[in-house]
Amino acid sequence: MLELINLRKAFNPGTINEKKALNGVSIKLDEGDFVTIIGGNGAGKSTTLNAIAGVWPVDEGAIIINGQNVTGLSEHQRAKYIGRVFQDPMTGTAATMEIQENLALAARRGQSRTLRWGITRREKEEYRELLKTLGLGLEDRMTSKVGLLSGGQRQALTLLMATLKKPQILLLDEHTAALDPKTAAKVLQLSDEIIAANHLTAMMVTHNMSNAIEYGNRLIMMNNGQIIYDVKGEEKKNLTVDDLMKKFEEASGTTLNNDRMLLSKKG
Amino acid sequence: MDILLQKLSTFGNALPGDITQGLIWGVLAIGVFITYKILDFADLTIDGTLGLGGVTAVVLITNGVPVPVAMIIAFLAGCAAGLCTALLNTMLGIPGILAGILTQLALYSVYLDINGKANAPISVDKFPLVISSRYVTAGNELWDILRTVGTALIFVVLIIGALYWFFGTEYGMSIRATGCNTSMSKAEGINTKRTTIITLVLSNGLVGLSGALLSQYQGFADVNMGRGAIVIGLAAVIIGMVLGEVILRKRFNFIGKLTFTALGAIVYFVVLRIVMLIGLSTDNTKLFSALIVAIFLAVPYIQKSSKTSFRKAGKRSAVGAAGAAAVGESDEMQPALSGSVSDSDKKEGE
Repeated sequence: MLELINLRKAFNPGTINEKKALNGVSIKLDEGDFVTIIGGNGAGKSTTLNAIAGVWPVDEGAIIINGQNVTGLSEHQRAKYIGRVFQDPMTGTAATMEIQENLALAARRGQSRTLRWGITRREKEEYRELLKTLGLGLEDRMTSKVGLLSGGQRQALTLLMATLKKPQILLLDEHTAALDPKTAAKVLQLSDEIIAANHLTAMMVTHNMSNAIEYGNRLIMMNNGQIIYDVKGEEKKNLTVDDLMKKFEEASGTTLNNDRMLLSKKG
Repeated sequence: MDILLQKLSTFGNALPGDITQGLIWGVLAIGVFITYKILDFADLTIDGTLGLGGVTAVVLITNGVPVPVAMIIAFLAGCAAGLCTALLNTMLGIPGILAGILTQLALYSVYLDINGKANAPISVDKFPLVISSRYVTAGNELWDILRTVGTALIFVVLIIGALYWFFGTEYGMSIRATGCNTSMSKAEGINTKRTTIITLVLSNGLVGLSGALLSQYQGFADVNMGRGAIVIGLAAVIIGMVLGEVILRKRFNFIGKLTFTALGAIVYFVVLRIVMLIGLSTDNTKLFSALIVAIFLAVPYIQKSSKTSFRKAGKRSAVGAAGAAAVGESDEMQPALSGSVSDSDKKEGE
């Protein structure tokens, strides 16, 4: 479904600030895989997701989505294959536009935008039903501006938008990190439900190791722009947070340096 | 008293002309609205585009081109100016404001290339112009005055209608999204460079059309006719937004915004007339425009900072700290009186 072949990316190359963010990332995802990604600060987790999304071109390597090489496609051209939810709840929605308008924009991801009316009556009914499934009461606020919603509501809406048109791959980039613990748990639960219900292939960066173990069928650990640990199935299910800490030290030769990750070790 | 009456009558006589002029500038202001408010792009190109549209129309009409055709070409010339700025910005990475200034400057030369000199007169006696200030002044038949105001009004209404439709379409919605959140737009598959280009082209097209109307209305085009146009356009937009929010409140929707932008331009010219009757000299009209925009832009900021400022926080903390210190001292020195001290402290706090 998704294949990354030896991805490399350096930021500020040739300067004193040069940072080799990706040092040969390769992975192959099967259809329906739900991969959680953990790793220290600057390990390349978000960078990997951004490379897939096409925020900038990679220096080397190839990105294959569903058999098609998308390495040369720009961000908006790739968007038709990819659904994304960002860390900052502000990023994924248009604040000055209505809830239903945001959904209508997302429903047309990857299609050419014509001079037909931007949102049809039939769509509005569909969206009302969909919003009901969130259980946040948003179905009665369809014409409210998204800027009036809370962070959690915005992330839930972004999730709905990202999956409204079934993506080949769903990228979740620490999408619960900016939310309070209770809301974060809710949004995470919702993500899991949506992924399962639509049988989506997904990648989720998280700093919460228990979440990384609990959710998904596969877990990868990154360090220094490389994948240092890749585990799935039964073996993943039986992991503990301590196992992960140990694995990290074994594979990287250092202790884990993600502060937030360590803080949330027990959570 | 006589002077007052005289001024009132001058004001009354000038009113239809001011409204017409406001409507013509309203077309420009609507162009400013779609870049400044919808796309979030301060486009300074239009100072040059207004003159370009004006001179294009005048030169074509005086050379025998039918008026409607000349106006369409003026619109297209405006589009081309917008395209220049858009390409400088999206393809060559020049910041929006600077890209606009560059095109604007270049357009002064383009104007002179088209006309050969700074002024290009056109007479309503010789050509069938769509609009002229000749028929809007006192002494004209009421029908002529109404026809002139009505012509400008028809242009504004048609443009508002067309834009209301356009920004409700799939493509129009993607432009609104671009102006609001570029990351989100890209993630939703919107080509944000293209939406930026289309919006600037459309906006400058409207400004070109406004220039074509204005040069016919005033009977000439001038290389400096667009100087400060962006400020007048912004004034109209800002006045319109303030009025709209006060009058329509929650019902201030998209079509309301477009309408109030045009209304803002009318208000601007009517107010300008009033301050000129009071005694502002014509030399100072640009100072007046700049002041209006500065004041209207500053008011929300001042309102916000009057509620929450460091100076006030400092004052509050000084009162609190002094009170706390006073209580602390009296507690130490006169424990028996502490009750009454905190009472007085409370009063002070209230």
